[in-house]
Amino acid sequence: MPTAETYNDHVVRLFLLAAAVWGIVGMSVGVYIAAELAWPALNFDIPWLTFSRLRPDHTFGVIFAFGGSALMGCCYYIVQRTGHVRLAFPRLANFTFWGWQTVILMAMISMPLGITQSKEYAEPEWFVDIFLAVVWVSFGVVFFATLARRRIRHIYVANWYFGAFIIAVGLLHIINNLAIPVSLWKSYPIYAGSVDAMVQWWYGHNAVAFFLTAGFLGMMYYFVPRQAQQPLWSYRFSIVNFWALISIYMWAGSHHLMYTALPDWVQSVGMAFSLVLLMPSWGSAANGLLTFNGSWHRLKSDPAAKFMVLALVFYAASTFEGSMMAIKTVNSLTHYTDWTIAHVHSGSIGWVAMITIGSLYAMAPRALGRPAMHSTAAMELHFWMHTVGLLLYVIAMWTAGATEGVMWRATDAHGALKYPFIDSLNAIKPFYAVRWFGGVLVLSGMIVMAWNLWHTAADARARLIKPIPVPIPEPHPIQVPAPLPVPA
Amino acid sequence: MARGYKYFEAIEKRAGLLGVLIAIMVSLGGLAEITPLYFTAHSIKAPAGVKPYDALRLAGKDVYVREGCYLCHSQMIRSLRAETQRYGNYSIAGESMYDRPFQWGSKRTGPDLARIGGKYSDVWQELHLKAPRSVSPDSNMPGYPWLSQASIDPVEITQKLRVLRLLGDPYTDGDIAGAAAAVKGRTEMQALIAYLQGLGIKNEAAAAAGDPAEGPAP
Repeated sequence: MPTAETYNDHVVRLFLLAAAVWGIVGMSVGVYIAAELAWPALNFDIPWLTFSRLRPDHTFGVIFAFGGSALMGCCYYIVQRTGHVRLAFPRLANFTFWGWQTVILMAMISMPLGITQSKEYAEPEWFVDIFLAVVWVSFGVVFFATLARRRIRHIYVANWYFGAFIIAVGLLHIINNLAIPVSLWKSYPIYAGSVDAMVQWWYGHNAVAFFLTAGFLGMMYYFVPRQAQQPLWSYRFSIVNFWALISIYMWAGSHHLMYTALPDWVQSVGMAFSLVLLMPSWGSAANGLLTFNGSWHRLKSDPAAKFMVLALVFYAASTFEGSMMAIKTVNSLTHYTDWTIAHVHSGSIGWVAMITIGSLYAMAPRALGRPAMHSTAAMELHFWMHTVGLLLYVIAMWTAGATEGVMWRATDAHGALKYPFIDSLNAIKPFYAVRWFGGVLVLSGMIVMAWNLWHTAADARARLIKPIPVPIPEPHPIQVPAPLPVPA
Repeated sequence: MARGYKYFEAIEKRAGLLGVLIAIMVSLGGLAEITPLYFTAHSIKAPAGVKPYDALRLAGKDVYVREGCYLCHSQMIRSLRAETQRYGNYSIAGESMYDRPFQWGSKRTGPDLARIGGKYSDVWQELHLKAPRSVSPDSNMPGYPWLSQASIDPVEITQKLRVLRLLGDPYTDGDIAGAAAAVKGRTEMQALIAYLQGLGIKNEAAAAAGDPAEGPAP
């Protein structure tokens, strides 16, 4: 019986499809609301089409729908391969797919209709939150049960990141969303004022840490060595970075609340931990990049590897930027400006989207029973569209943010403020248009990817692919490599 | 292999132990930062003039929250000179103690609103909310004309006050009994303007005396 075991790639393929679809949906909404900031008449006075109603659909669409589907698919793919075992609880695994898609639809339909908690990145109302928690716990059960039946005793580091991602996101989601319902459509959080602010940014910052960093680092630690065809540069370094990253991140949330009415000591603790956080962040990025040592020539022929390398470069860049922005003096200039938007998008379009796209290009042919993606030229095109779009976007928003920050604090010779608020808006309007165009390029690249995936999936649609058998390893008493023979 | 590896190997080969250790490590930061705030929050005294929102303003605040105004407008004047010069006294913790959720915001596509109350007339606010560019030609704010057509639900507002009292906000039986009458026949536009016109004005004196460094200390 065990020799006939095959990998469960069906659910992986479903998540792959969902990630492609939600990527396009989430980014389309982003492009539309970016256009609204440049040309405000575009809401046509329709409530659900208005920027403030639609913006949560963009953030939820790209983080939880696109990112979440890609993460869950990759997680299922990786935990099976690294443990040499078929996924546990196939029905529950299917439920996590359909459940997650239902959560996404419920959230993305209810939020523009005004059914919202209006807590950033946790907008869906209580009934969606409860269902989300159920799906999340099921996802955790499938993951840890699969881990429990693994045939390789040693747990590969990618799974550590997925484990931390699942545990921490569950914890954050439940604690941040504690609320008392008024009706089906409205609830009040149990926290108020400054406590709510601290809880919200503890959540908000760690949604970045565990959803957008730990989960995607899990992807990175599997697919980067796979694509570089070399072992990880340093396994021990990855372990040190893991514990540092997951414990330090949780302290850093208060850097979103500098100079506010939050107690000063919490702000200072947040700043200190944010600076320390640079070390495990750069450690992880360096570990990934150094893994390519000796196989840099692959970048010439493999666009997936190119996506991964640029993702790691942007991971290093945006974590450096984040630590700098957490310094109170810097924060006093950048906070509340479009610099924040530049930072979050260099992290999300640069790091998160690029490592996801690289991993999808690496995983899709294997999960779809093909030797390679349908078109390498299309992957190449996607890479350049994405990169140029990303650069236009972040450079426009950096410039806009610095402009706002400087104009808001500028004073004349008498000490009076130099500019009324509207002047700063007028100064950055051209950058809003450039940002929109950058977004259009990134979105177009995603459409190219969807086209490529569709053609790569031709065999899968015709039900021609054969499930991949699980390699059953010989039992091994000790998996620590034997010491090298001593020369006589 | 280093000697310590033997012990670490135990974690690397036991999923349950790994999971428990992860849960401990990720809990520390939140426990250290949130628990003290949560408990001191109960000892915050409302600054002079800060009262729970009356029924109409509460309805207006919920319109503000529902429409997502916080995505472009902060309600938090930071303790920086350029901010107090532009927007007024810096905000203190007690001023937002009845805000569920908090409305400090994270981005200023438009200006801060923490002390917007009384700065413009009701008529200006209504024109601006309906068609922002009719009074502020360069604005990129969207129009919210539908607020004038929608009316406040008197049954729901009573229920809202009850839930807030359950959460600890000091509403009296009289407040709850009179809530429905206070919002009857009012539009969402009127409620939102009532909320905006109340923002910050009662708290000027208290804020000037407070020290944000002490935060929610009693």
